[in-house]
Amino acid sequence: MTRRLVRGGALAALALLAALTLVAPAQAVLDPREMLADPAQEARARAIGRELRCLVCQNQSIDDSNADLARDLRMIVRERVAAGDSDEAVLQFVVARYGEFVLLRPPLNAATIALWAAPAIVLAFGALGVVLYFRRRRSEAGTAGAEVATPAAAPLSPEEQARLARLLDGGDRPA
Amino acid sequence: MTAAPRAMTTRRLLFLLPAALFLVLSGAFAAWLLTGRDARHVPSALIDRPVPAFSLAAIEGMDGVAGNRGFADADLRGAAGPVLVNFWASWCIPCLVEHPQLMRLAREGVPIFGVNYKDKPEDARAFLARHGDPFRRHGADRSGRVAVDFGVYGVPETYLIDRDGRIRWRYAGPITEAVLEGELRPRLAALRR
Repeated sequence: MTRRLVRGGALAALALLAALTLVAPAQAVLDPREMLADPAQEARARAIGRELRCLVCQNQSIDDSNADLARDLRMIVRERVAAGDSDEAVLQFVVARYGEFVLLRPPLNAATIALWAAPAIVLAFGALGVVLYFRRRRSEAGTAGAEVATPAAAPLSPEEQARLARLLDGGDRPA
Repeated sequence: MTAAPRAMTTRRLLFLLPAALFLVLSGAFAAWLLTGRDARHVPSALIDRPVPAFSLAAIEGMDGVAGNRGFADADLRGAAGPVLVNFWASWCIPCLVEHPQLMRLAREGVPIFGVNYKDKPEDARAFLARHGDPFRRHGADRSGRVAVDFGVYGVPETYLIDRDGRIRWRYAGPITEAVLEGELRPRLAALRR
Protein backbone atom coordinates (compact mmCIF):
# COMPACT_ATOMS: atom_id res chain seq x y z
CA MET A 1 0.00 0.00 0.00
CA THR A 2 2.66 2.49 1.07
CA ARG A 3 4.98 1.34 -1.69
CA ARG A 4 2.27 1.99 -4.25
CA LEU A 5 1.73 5.43 -2.75
CA VAL A 6 5.44 6.19 -2.94
CA ARG A 7 5.58 5.02 -6.52
CA GLY A 8 2.53 7.12 -7.36
CA GLY A 9 4.20 10.13 -5.77
CA ALA A 10 7.39 9.55 -7.73
CA LEU A 11 5.41 9.22 -10.94
CA ALA A 12 3.53 12.42 -10.21
CA ALA A 13 6.80 14.22 -9.48
CA LEU A 14 8.27 12.91 -12.72
CA ALA A 15 5.22 14.02 -14.66
CA LEU A 16 5.41 17.45 -13.07
CA LEU A 17 9.11 17.71 -13.93
CA ALA A 18 8.39 16.67 -17.51
CA ALA A 19 5.59 19.20 -17.75
CA LEU A 20 7.84 21.94 -16.39
CA THR A 21 10.63 21.18 -18.85
CA LEU A 22 8.18 20.93 -21.72
CA VAL A 23 6.64 24.31 -21.04
CA ALA A 24 7.70 26.51 -23.91
CA PRO A 25 10.22 29.20 -22.96
CA ALA A 26 8.78 32.69 -22.73
CA GLN A 27 7.79 33.70 -26.19
CA ALA A 28 8.26 37.17 -27.54
CA VAL A 29 5.55 39.24 -26.03
CA LEU A 30 5.05 41.27 -29.13
CA ASP A 31 1.73 42.97 -29.35
CA PRO A 32 0.51 42.93 -32.96
CA ARG A 33 -0.17 46.64 -32.59
CA GLU A 34 3.52 47.22 -32.01
CA MET A 35 4.55 45.59 -35.26
CA LEU A 36 5.67 47.48 -38.31
CA ALA A 37 3.54 47.15 -41.45
CA ASP A 38 6.55 46.29 -43.62
CA PRO A 39 7.56 42.64 -42.88
CA ALA A 40 11.20 43.28 -43.87
CA GLN A 41 11.44 46.23 -41.47
CA GLU A 42 9.66 44.25 -38.77
CA ALA A 43 12.16 41.39 -39.19
CA ARG A 44 15.05 43.85 -38.87
CA ALA A 45 13.49 45.43 -35.78
CA ARG A 46 13.09 42.00 -34.17
CA ALA A 47 16.69 41.09 -34.96
CA ILE A 48 17.86 44.36 -33.40
CA GLY A 49 15.64 43.73 -30.38
CA ARG A 50 17.32 40.37 -29.80
CA GLU A 51 20.67 42.17 -29.57
CA LEU A 52 19.50 44.52 -26.83
CA ARG A 53 19.40 43.71 -23.15
CA CYS A 54 16.30 44.48 -21.16
CA LEU A 55 17.69 46.56 -18.28
CA VAL A 56 14.91 45.62 -15.92
CA CYS A 57 15.39 41.86 -16.28
CA GLN A 58 19.00 42.02 -17.46
CA ASN A 59 19.37 38.52 -18.85
CA GLN A 60 16.55 38.78 -21.33
CA SER A 61 16.57 40.65 -24.59
CA ILE A 62 14.01 43.38 -25.11
CA ASP A 63 12.48 41.08 -27.71
CA ASP A 64 11.82 38.44 -25.02
CA SER A 65 10.89 40.63 -22.11
CA ASN A 66 7.45 41.86 -21.21
CA ALA A 67 8.81 44.58 -18.94
CA ASP A 68 7.42 48.04 -19.53
CA LEU A 69 10.79 49.50 -20.42
CA ALA A 70 11.46 46.67 -22.88
CA ARG A 71 8.21 47.52 -24.64
CA ASP A 72 9.20 51.18 -24.80
CA LEU A 73 12.55 50.24 -26.29
CA ARG A 74 10.93 47.91 -28.80
CA MET A 75 8.76 50.79 -29.93
CA ILE A 76 11.75 53.11 -30.18
CA VAL A 77 13.67 50.54 -32.22
CA ARG A 78 10.70 50.31 -34.59
CA GLU A 79 10.49 54.09 -34.84
CA ARG A 80 14.16 54.32 -35.77
CA VAL A 81 13.88 51.48 -38.29
CA ALA A 82 10.81 53.08 -39.85
CA ALA A 83 12.68 56.40 -39.98
CA GLY A 84 15.31 54.71 -42.15
CA ASP A 85 18.14 54.20 -39.64
CA SER A 86 20.63 51.39 -40.31
CA ASP A 87 20.80 48.51 -37.81
CA GLU A 88 24.07 49.94 -36.51
CA ALA A 89 22.54 53.41 -36.08
CA VAL A 90 19.59 51.98 -34.12
CA LEU A 91 21.93 50.09 -31.78
CA GLN A 92 24.02 53.25 -31.35
CA PHE A 93 20.87 55.22 -30.50
CA VAL A 94 20.19 52.90 -27.58
CA VAL A 95 23.86 52.59 -26.55
CA ALA A 96 24.13 56.40 -26.38
CA ARG A 97 21.40 56.36 -23.71
CA TYR A 98 22.03 53.15 -21.79
CA GLY A 99 25.70 52.41 -22.40
CA GLU A 100 27.32 49.35 -23.91
CA PHE A 101 25.82 47.22 -21.15
CA VAL A 102 22.63 47.02 -23.24
CA LEU A 103 24.42 45.11 -25.98
CA LEU A 104 23.99 41.39 -25.37
CA ARG A 105 27.06 40.83 -27.54
CA PRO A 106 29.65 43.16 -26.03
CA PRO A 107 31.92 44.92 -28.55
CA LEU A 108 35.67 44.36 -28.45
CA ASN A 109 37.31 47.40 -26.85
CA ALA A 110 39.61 48.39 -24.00
CA ALA A 111 36.91 47.88 -21.37
CA THR A 112 35.91 44.41 -22.59
CA ILE A 113 39.30 43.01 -23.61
CA ALA A 114 39.57 40.97 -20.41
CA LEU A 115 36.15 39.47 -21.10
CA TRP A 116 37.04 38.49 -24.66
CA ALA A 117 40.58 37.33 -23.89
CA ALA A 118 39.62 35.25 -20.83
CA PRO A 119 38.66 32.05 -22.74
CA ALA A 120 41.87 32.17 -24.80
CA ILE A 121 43.95 32.75 -21.66
CA VAL A 122 42.27 29.91 -19.79
CA LEU A 123 42.76 27.64 -22.81
CA ALA A 124 46.43 28.64 -23.03
CA PHE A 125 46.94 27.81 -19.35
CA GLY A 126 45.20 24.45 -19.87
CA ALA A 127 47.37 23.67 -22.88
CA LEU A 128 50.48 24.65 -20.94
CA GLY A 129 49.44 22.33 -18.12
CA VAL A 130 48.87 19.43 -20.53
CA VAL A 131 52.23 20.03 -22.26
CA LEU A 132 54.06 20.19 -18.92
CA TYR A 133 52.29 17.04 -17.70
CA PHE A 134 53.23 15.00 -20.75
CA ARG A 135 56.76 16.35 -20.83
CA ARG A 136 57.29 15.35 -17.22
CA ARG A 137 55.74 11.94 -17.74
CA ARG A 138 58.04 11.33 -20.67
CA SER A 139 61.15 12.36 -18.72
CA GLU A 140 60.00 10.24 -15.75
CA ALA A 141 59.45 7.26 -18.05
CA GLY A 142 62.93 7.87 -19.48
CA THR A 143 64.64 7.81 -16.07
CA ALA A 144 62.56 4.83 -14.90
CA GLY A 145 63.50 2.90 -18.04
CA ALA A 146 67.17 3.68 -17.50
CA GLU A 147 67.02 2.31 -13.93
CA VAL A 148 65.52 -0.94 -15.16
CA ALA A 149 67.86 -1.19 -18.15
CA THR A 150 71.12 -0.67 -16.26
CA PRO A 151 71.19 -4.00 -14.30
CA ALA A 152 69.86 -5.89 -17.30
CA ALA A 153 72.77 -4.64 -19.34
CA ALA A 154 75.22 -6.15 -16.85
CA PRO A 155 76.45 -9.59 -17.92
CA LEU A 156 75.17 -12.61 -15.99
CA SER A 157 77.39 -14.05 -13.34
CA PRO A 158 78.55 -17.71 -13.78
CA GLU A 159 76.06 -18.92 -11.12
CA GLU A 160 73.25 -17.15 -12.94
CA GLN A 161 74.40 -18.64 -16.25
CA ALA A 162 74.27 -22.08 -14.74
CA ARG A 163 70.85 -21.49 -13.20
CA LEU A 164 69.52 -20.18 -16.50
CA ALA A 165 70.79 -23.27 -18.26
CA ARG A 166 69.08 -25.50 -15.70
CA LEU A 167 65.86 -23.55 -16.09
CA LEU A 168 65.91 -23.86 -19.84
CA ASP A 169 66.45 -27.59 -19.49
CA GLY A 170 63.49 -27.73 -17.17
CA GLY A 171 65.61 -29.36 -14.45
CA ASP A 172 65.23 -26.74 -11.75
CA ARG A 173 61.76 -27.15 -10.36
CA PRO A 174 60.77 -25.60 -7.07
CA ALA A 175 59.93 -28.13 -4.45
CA MET B 1 70.10 13.21 -3.05
CA THR B 2 69.02 16.88 -3.04
CA ALA B 3 67.03 16.62 -6.29
CA ALA B 4 64.37 14.27 -4.92
CA PRO B 5 63.35 16.37 -1.85
CA ARG B 6 63.28 19.47 -4.05
CA ALA B 7 60.93 17.71 -6.50
CA MET B 8 58.81 16.66 -3.53
CA THR B 9 58.60 20.26 -2.31
CA THR B 10 57.63 21.50 -5.78
CA ARG B 11 54.92 18.88 -6.01
CA ARG B 12 53.62 19.70 -2.56
CA LEU B 13 53.47 23.38 -3.49
CA LEU B 14 51.57 22.43 -6.64
CA PHE B 15 48.98 20.71 -4.47
CA LEU B 16 48.61 23.91 -2.48
CA LEU B 17 48.00 25.94 -5.65
CA PRO B 18 44.20 25.35 -5.80
CA ALA B 19 43.90 26.32 -2.15
CA ALA B 20 45.95 29.46 -2.77
CA LEU B 21 43.82 30.33 -5.82
CA PHE B 22 40.70 29.80 -3.74
CA LEU B 23 41.96 32.16 -1.07
CA VAL B 24 42.87 34.83 -3.62
CA LEU B 25 39.44 34.58 -5.28
CA SER B 26 37.61 34.65 -1.93
CA GLY B 27 39.60 37.73 -1.00
CA ALA B 28 38.70 39.45 -4.25
CA PHE B 29 35.00 38.61 -3.88
CA ALA B 30 34.98 39.70 -0.24
CA ALA B 31 36.65 43.00 -1.15
CA TRP B 32 34.05 43.53 -3.89
CA LEU B 33 31.20 42.75 -1.48
CA LEU B 34 32.56 45.03 1.23
CA THR B 35 32.68 48.02 -1.12
CA GLY B 36 28.89 47.77 -1.09
CA ARG B 37 28.71 48.08 -4.85
CA ASP B 38 25.73 46.44 -6.45
CA ALA B 39 26.50 44.74 -9.74
CA ARG B 40 22.91 45.35 -10.82
CA HIS B 41 23.54 49.06 -10.83
CA VAL B 42 24.32 49.95 -14.37
CA PRO B 43 26.60 52.98 -14.72
CA SER B 44 24.99 55.82 -16.63
CA ALA B 45 26.18 56.38 -20.18
CA LEU B 46 25.53 60.11 -19.80
CA ILE B 47 27.97 61.03 -17.04
CA ASP B 48 29.76 64.31 -17.92
CA ARG B 49 27.56 64.70 -20.97
CA PRO B 50 25.05 67.54 -21.46
CA VAL B 51 21.46 66.76 -20.53
CA PRO B 52 19.53 65.46 -23.53
CA ALA B 53 17.19 67.85 -25.30
CA PHE B 54 13.66 67.43 -23.99
CA SER B 55 10.48 69.26 -23.23
CA LEU B 56 7.94 68.14 -20.66
CA ALA B 57 4.34 69.25 -20.17
CA ALA B 58 2.88 70.07 -16.77
CA ILE B 59 1.02 67.50 -14.68
CA GLU B 60 -2.63 67.80 -15.70
CA GLY B 61 -5.13 69.33 -13.32
CA MET B 62 -2.59 70.76 -10.87
CA ASP B 63 -3.02 74.42 -11.78
CA GLY B 64 -2.69 75.80 -8.27
CA VAL B 65 0.97 74.78 -8.02
CA ALA B 66 3.34 77.47 -9.26
CA GLY B 67 6.08 75.03 -10.33
CA ASN B 68 3.70 72.97 -12.40
CA ARG B 69 4.34 74.40 -15.83
CA GLY B 70 6.54 71.72 -17.33
CA PHE B 71 10.20 72.26 -18.13
CA ALA B 72 12.81 71.68 -20.78
CA ASP B 73 16.56 71.08 -20.92
CA ALA B 74 17.21 74.84 -21.12
CA ASP B 75 15.62 75.28 -17.67
CA LEU B 76 18.32 73.09 -16.13
CA ARG B 77 21.16 75.28 -17.39
CA GLY B 78 22.35 78.56 -15.98
CA ALA B 79 21.05 78.07 -12.47
CA ALA B 80 23.04 79.60 -9.61
CA GLY B 81 24.18 76.13 -8.54
CA PRO B 82 23.70 72.46 -9.27
CA VAL B 83 20.17 71.12 -9.68
CA LEU B 84 18.62 67.70 -9.31
CA VAL B 85 16.33 65.93 -11.73
CA ASN B 86 14.27 63.24 -10.03
CA PHE B 87 12.20 60.66 -11.91
CA TRP B 88 9.33 59.53 -9.71
CA ALA B 89 5.87 58.00 -9.79
CA SER B 90 3.04 57.63 -7.32
CA TRP B 91 3.01 53.85 -7.91
CA CYS B 92 6.67 53.56 -6.99
CA ILE B 93 7.25 52.36 -3.43
CA PRO B 94 10.98 53.28 -3.27
CA CYS B 95 9.94 56.82 -4.24
CA LEU B 96 8.06 56.93 -0.95
CA VAL B 97 11.25 55.83 0.82
CA GLU B 98 13.28 58.68 -0.62
CA HIS B 99 10.55 61.29 -0.29
CA PRO B 100 11.57 62.62 3.16
CA GLN B 101 15.12 63.15 1.90
CA LEU B 102 13.84 65.08 -1.12
CA MET B 103 11.65 67.19 1.18
CA ARG B 104 14.66 67.99 3.33
CA LEU B 105 16.77 69.00 0.32
CA ALA B 106 13.94 71.20 -0.92
CA ARG B 107 13.72 72.96 2.46
CA GLU B 108 17.46 73.58 2.22
CA GLY B 109 16.89 75.29 -1.11
CA VAL B 110 18.22 72.65 -3.51
CA PRO B 111 16.22 72.95 -6.75
CA ILE B 112 14.69 69.59 -7.61
CA PHE B 113 13.05 69.14 -11.00
CA GLY B 114 10.50 66.35 -10.76
CA VAL B 115 9.68 64.16 -13.72
CA ASN B 116 6.46 62.31 -13.07
CA TYR B 117 7.06 59.02 -14.91
CA LYS B 118 4.20 57.03 -16.49
CA ASP B 119 1.71 58.14 -13.91
CA LYS B 120 -1.92 59.09 -13.85
CA PRO B 121 -2.23 62.84 -13.15
CA GLU B 122 -4.80 62.26 -10.41
CA ASP B 123 -2.51 59.74 -8.67
CA ALA B 124 0.45 62.12 -8.93
CA ARG B 125 -1.64 64.94 -7.48
CA ALA B 126 -2.84 62.73 -4.62
CA PHE B 127 0.74 61.63 -3.83
CA LEU B 128 2.00 65.22 -3.63
CA ALA B 129 -1.01 66.37 -1.60
CA ARG B 130 -0.50 63.57 0.89
CA HIS B 131 3.30 63.48 1.24
CA GLY B 132 4.30 67.02 0.34
CA ASP B 133 5.76 68.55 -2.79
CA PRO B 134 9.57 68.82 -2.87
CA PHE B 135 9.75 69.84 -6.52
CA ARG B 136 10.60 73.29 -7.78
CA ARG B 137 9.25 72.40 -11.20
CA HIS B 138 6.99 69.62 -12.38
CA GLY B 139 6.98 67.79 -15.68
CA ALA B 140 4.95 64.78 -16.76
CA ASP B 141 6.53 62.04 -18.85
CA ARG B 142 3.52 59.85 -19.51
CA SER B 143 5.06 57.96 -22.43
CA GLY B 144 8.44 57.51 -20.75
CA ARG B 145 10.31 58.87 -23.78
CA VAL B 146 12.21 61.56 -21.90
CA ALA B 147 13.21 58.91 -19.37
CA VAL B 148 14.67 56.80 -22.19
CA ASP B 149 16.68 59.81 -23.39
CA PHE B 150 18.14 60.07 -19.87
CA GLY B 151 18.84 56.33 -19.77
CA VAL B 152 16.38 55.73 -16.93
CA TYR B 153 15.64 52.06 -16.37
CA GLY B 154 13.46 52.29 -13.31
CA VAL B 155 12.07 54.82 -10.88
CA PRO B 156 13.28 56.47 -8.78
CA GLU B 157 16.38 57.79 -10.47
CA THR B 158 18.10 61.03 -9.60
CA TYR B 159 20.47 63.05 -11.76
CA LEU B 160 22.81 65.73 -10.49
CA ILE B 161 23.32 68.47 -13.06
CA ASP B 162 25.96 71.16 -12.84
CA ARG B 163 25.64 74.84 -13.80
CA ASP B 164 26.64 74.10 -17.39
CA GLY B 165 23.84 71.59 -17.75
CA ARG B 166 26.08 68.53 -17.60
CA ILE B 167 25.04 65.34 -15.88
CA ARG B 168 27.64 64.78 -13.17
CA TRP B 169 26.12 61.93 -11.18
CA ARG B 170 23.22 59.55 -11.42
CA TYR B 171 21.69 57.44 -8.69
CA ALA B 172 19.34 54.59 -9.57
CA GLY B 173 17.22 53.72 -6.59
CA PRO B 174 15.90 55.62 -3.58
CA ILE B 175 17.99 58.43 -2.10
CA THR B 176 18.18 57.01 1.38
CA GLU B 177 19.62 58.84 4.35
CA ALA B 178 22.96 57.08 3.75
CA VAL B 179 23.03 57.93 0.04
CA LEU B 180 22.08 61.54 0.79
CA GLU B 181 24.83 62.06 3.36
CA GLY B 182 27.47 59.80 1.89
CA GLU B 183 27.18 60.48 -1.82
CA LEU B 184 24.84 63.30 -2.76
CA ARG B 185 25.81 66.01 -0.25
CA PRO B 186 29.58 65.83 -0.92
CA ARG B 187 28.92 66.12 -4.65
CA LEU B 188 26.48 69.00 -4.20
CA ALA B 189 29.06 70.79 -2.07
CA ALA B 190 31.81 70.21 -4.63
CA LEU B 191 29.66 71.59 -7.45
CA ARG B 192 28.71 74.70 -5.45
CA ARG B 193 32.34 75.76 -5.16
